[in-house]
Amino acid sequence: MIARLAPFLFGSIALALWEGLVRALEVPAYILPAPSLVVAAFAADPVGLLVSLFSTLTVTFAALLVAAVLGAAMAIGMAASRFAQAAIQPWAVALQVTPLPAIAPLIIIWVGDPFASLVVCATIVAFFPLFANTATGLASPPPELTDLFRLYGAGRVRTLLLLRVPAAIPYFLSGLRISGGLALVGAVVAELVAGSGGFASGLAYRILEASYRLEMPRMFAALVLLALAGIAINYGLGAVGVLLMRRRGDA
Amino acid sequence: MLTLANVGRRFPSGTEALRDASLRLQTGDFVALLGPSGCGKSTLLRLIAGLDAPNTGTLTWDAGQPPAPGEIGYVFQDATLLPWATTEENVFLPLRLRGLSRTQARPDIAAVLARVGLTGFEHARPRQLSGGMRMRVSIARALVTRPRLLLMDEPFAALDEFTRHRLQSDLLSLWRDLRCTVVFVTHSIYEAAFLARRVVLMTPRPGRIAREMTSNLAPSAETRLDPAYAALVARITQGMEAAL
Ligand SMILES: Nc1ncnc2c1ncn2[C@@H]1O[C@H](COP(=O)(O)OP(=O)(O)OP(=O)(O)O)[C@@H](O)[C@H]1O
Ligand SMILES: [Mg+2]
Repeated sequence: MIARLAPFLFGSIALALWEGLVRALEVPAYILPAPSLVVAAFAADPVGLLVSLFSTLTVTFAALLVAAVLGAAMAIGMAASRFAQAAIQPWAVALQVTPLPAIAPLIIIWVGDPFASLVVCATIVAFFPLFANTATGLASPPPELTDLFRLYGAGRVRTLLLLRVPAAIPYFLSGLRISGGLALVGAVVAELVAGSGGFASGLAYRILEASYRLEMPRMFAALVLLALAGIAINYGLGAVGVLLMRRRGDA
Repeated sequence: MLTLANVGRRFPSGTEALRDASLRLQTGDFVALLGPSGCGKSTLLRLIAGLDAPNTGTLTWDAGQPPAPGEIGYVFQDATLLPWATTEENVFLPLRLRGLSRTQARPDIAAVLARVGLTGFEHARPRQLSGGMRMRVSIARALVTRPRLLLMDEPFAALDEFTRHRLQSDLLSLWRDLRCTVVFVTHSIYEAAFLARRVVLMTPRPGRIAREMTSNLAPSAETRLDPAYAALVARITQGMEAAL
């Protein structure tokens, strides 16, 4: 119980300290706004900020979906054929080590459509944990079980369907949880790179806009929304994973 | 049933696990492969199962060809069940891989579960079962195809002594009822003496078959108290010491 309350307790103390110090030291709002000002900035335009949040989340979940389908499909393809493994592996790593801000401008130019290019950028960031986790899970069954399938004459496809894919599901789900947060990061980075030339409606765009206008409280409000969204995605996907594992009966 | 002649197995890593192993398996026999860790017992069992191939020597089946899938049952040291599947689904697996539907398989599954004393646990998951019960599921899975040959690789090594004794006695009565051939790998002299009609002693690296001994004990639950059992344990112990 105490451990559950601890983050809230810690947050409240930090916020109170922040509010107190900003007031006592008379820090100007354009450098560090007090929490009360941030709340006021949100209250001044809740719809605008929430619509932007919705826009960013749409990109995030679209990217997560694409990354989940692609990551799982490529991992399964790799497990099914040694040739596919040799062909795919180095490219997956190359994709992972390339910094998104470095390739985002190129993607935005190539893809053209702003929404699609943001989704592509976020997908690139979210792809790897899903792909790598699924691949690890597909290889996780102990050699005895693989031997057992061979003993009963099961071919590659049957072993994949009845043994390796079911074994990979928990790994896939924990990859999904990691990638959820990363997709949000990818969406925000892509929006920042795209700037006003892009989709011009996401939370990152609100942050840029507020910073040009030195509206620090609004910028903080947008940041807080982003952080809360990230936490919700992380815990939400974690809960979905636990639920699915419990339904299957192995958690 | 099977003759192994001068079988050798050297792994690509250079380890010579088995050299010149010759062995004859009679139908209906209960053979214990006994030897210290690393002497190639598992390797020999995998060769018999067709999961691995020898570098030298031959395996000749009396039937003229190796057994079809399902004619060999295999039990590993760990139960190696599918953790997400129920008892029934785990036992169904070999039949499923042979193309049977669950409805077709249900009578066989129920019969074999009853035989190993797991009636009522059809819908339990492996983690809800004790180690001994998991091993019973594993044995049921190996028996559900009615194999002619049952290969067991230290199946009871990870169990406590009480559970082990129960399972050993149950295995003996299974063997008498089902009349299949059993090759049982163990590193316990007591286990070999209690279970086997024939004890094959192996020496380590490269694994060789040192000698064979036959048991004339009547397989029964009271065997452990029989002075003849103690004498057999002593004879195997001497044989093992001479071989090492
Ligand atoms: N796939 C493999 N590749 C390389 N070496 C192997 C392989 N399998 C087994 N060995 C080696 O062959 C030797 C015999 O192994 P094996 O598993 O047959 O022994 P064992 O008698 O079953 O031992 P234990 O009682 O510990 O199970 C060991 O030295 C082992 O390290
Ligand atoms: Mg072994």
